[in-house]
Amino acid sequence: MPGGPVLVEGPVEITLDDGSTARSDRFLVALCACRRSRSYPFCDTSHRRRTRPPPTDAEADAD
Amino acid sequence: MNGPKLPPARGPLSAGVISALTSGPPPPQVAGADPLGEDLQLALYLCYELHYRGFDGVSDEWEWDPGLLRTRRDLERLFLAALRGGVPGGDDVTGVLEELLAEPIEAVGISHHLRDDGELWQLREYVVHRSIYHLKEAEPHAWVIPRLQGRAKAALVAVEFDEFGGGRAERMHSQLFADLMDELALDTSYGAYLEVAPAEMLAVVNMMSLFGLHRRLRGALVGHFAAAEITTAPSARRMAQGLTRLGVDPLFYTEHVEADAVHEQVLRRDVIGDLLRREPGLAADVVLGVQATDWLEGRFADLVLGRWRSGRSSLLVPMSDSR
Ligand code: FES
Ligand SMILES: [Fe+2]
Ligand SMILES: [Fe+2]
Repeated sequence: MPGGPVLVEGPVEITLDDGSTARSDRFLVALCACRRSRSYPFCDTSHRRRTRPPPTDAEADAD
Repeated sequence: MNGPKLPPARGPLSAGVISALTSGPPPPQVAGADPLGEDLQLALYLCYELHYRGFDGVSDEWEWDPGLLRTRRDLERLFLAALRGGVPGGDDVTGVLEELLAEPIEAVGISHHLRDDGELWQLREYVVHRSIYHLKEAEPHAWVIPRLQGRAKAALVAVEFDEFGGGRAERMHSQLFADLMDELALDTSYGAYLEVAPAEMLAVVNMMSLFGLHRRLRGALVGHFAAAEITTAPSARRMAQGLTRLGVDPLFYTEHVEADAVHEQVLRRDVIGDLLRREPGLAADVVLGVQATDWLEGRFADLVLGRWRSGRSSLLVPMSDSR
């Protein structure tokens, strides 16, 4: 999806700019391409478009 | 057409079964119970639970008792009609998913409240509610596996593998949730809080069982799963912040921030994408699953936030501070 993460098959080990490494052994790994993730280098959905508010926000808890 | 066609009968017994399967039973008379009320939701929950772990002191035979299954069907018909009646419907899958993907700037949800100024007793109540689902996290979705094919099946199973800890029992999401309950001094035994969970919570889990147990609702199950995965990464981030603020280990939620960012992509691209390529006629059911999830989660959030706003417990029976 445009503006979304780059999907690569796991496990992955990424070397970051500062020389540290991040790893994930998930079957598929979403790498942040927008640089806004607070879990960089992994996508945390911060790339999403933001909109004006609805009344109550319905959200599942976790899945 | 997904299944093999019915074979010819070989005598009176098989003929009777085939004619029942082809001509269908007459529609039952359903009573006028409130489809979203406490009574019906608990009755339905009890029927469904027989397919998971059952109940202490209740014979396992009840799982396939024809009389009880008939009752369950009557309850389900009322519930499903209420779900269909409560949502706008349509068959624009891309449109309804896009709506969920837009992050509202100033939304007021439970996770927003718990991030900013929720108190510990409120977090404990919330975890008690959610234990109805999280102690069997991802299990209702496993029912759909034999009803999918090809890439949709493989992709959904990959997500399930992740939900079940990628082969490591201690990393199963249900176990991570039990660990969180333990830290909050809550009872981690399965079903411990069923008696205090209100209809609004039971309805969310009953919806999953309903969609999971009925092959004809496979599109709705997939739609529900996608809706849940899409909305959870941002809310899990807020929950993690709230737990950290309250001095509670946020592992269950931090795991879900990254996991669900991936699961969302897989559900949309591989599961829904492939399912609708194979069975385009399921689009309206996928939309039903997405919208019903949003609707029932909204009712649950309204109940909980409403009670908390007036300083009251959101459970049927308030908890004491200990277990
Ligand atoms: S791509 Fe998703 S947070 Fe950056
Ligand atoms: Fe997930
Ligand atoms: Fe999960």
